[in-house]
Amino acid sequence: MIPRPETAHWLAAAFALLLGLVLLSEVIVGTQVFRRRPWRAYLFPSLALCSGVGLWVITIFSTFSTMHLVAHALWAEAAMIAGGVQLAVVRGKLRSPHWSLVTAIALLVSGAAFLVHEPNPWLYSRAAFLHHAIGWMLVAAALFPIGQALRPRWPLWRAGFALTFIVLALLLFADRDAAPIFGRFAGVVAG
Amino acid sequence: MSSEIATSIPERAEHRRRRATLRQLRVLTVQLLGPLTMIAGVVWAVAQPYRIVFLDPDGKGLYDFLFQPPLLVVVVGLAYAVGIAQGLVEDLEAEGDDPAT
Repeated sequence: MIPRPETAHWLAAAFALLLGLVLLSEVIVGTQVFRRRPWRAYLFPSLALCSGVGLWVITIFSTFSTMHLVAHALWAEAAMIAGGVQLAVVRGKLRSPHWSLVTAIALLVSGAAFLVHEPNPWLYSRAAFLHHAIGWMLVAAALFPIGQALRPRWPLWRAGFALTFIVLALLLFADRDAAPIFGRFAGVVAG
Repeated sequence: MSSEIATSIPERAEHRRRRATLRQLRVLTVQLLGPLTMIAGVVWAVAQPYRIVFLDPDGKGLYDFLFQPPLLVVVVGLAYAVGIAQGLVEDLEAEGDDPAT
């Protein structure tokens, strides 16, 4: 009953896509309108927390490799800490924009975990290629919350942060357990 | 009163008109995000029909039926359009009707 890695990645991709759309709509309508209904303000932090819980479940299934287990546990912790801090920010318990740096650290840790836990080189397979691409993308995307911490009013940072999740979704949706970087092993590998 | 602060009636009307146009653009963008996501899922399903296991169910497991990527994209687009975009559009329009804004 344990799902294949690609199935878990597709589910994570759907989650990331929803997160990206939520964040993008906040950029489009502005924070004031977005938070007119309180539940919407709590949406992103709650989804981040839930993704952390989901990642712990994946961690339980990742006992086949210590590196995968540690990497997924790191993502789970990073997502839950970032989500928790954002919940406190939305609630008004934390006021400084510098708390965005926690999100930046979470992205950096996640990116590093993606890079470290992929033992194969770039061009070995699509899964290896995507893990490297996602890892470097997340490391680069850490700039957006850093920018938010330093210049919170600049919408570019929030737009970049939102688009990060949409790009992450695209990359995760493209994942296959066994496939060349482009194309597929039609008729050779099931799926 | 400082002439830098005071604005004439036509200027104010122009400013209000520009804000209304911008609001309409925002409403349209938010309304389009969900359907565009759903269309992307449908286009993907057409481009890679082997991703839809309903079309070739032999030897496929429960997860293959539950989590088919193009269908997941359509579901996310639908969830966004129904659960989030509708309320956002209502709030944007309410903001436009609010004389205080």
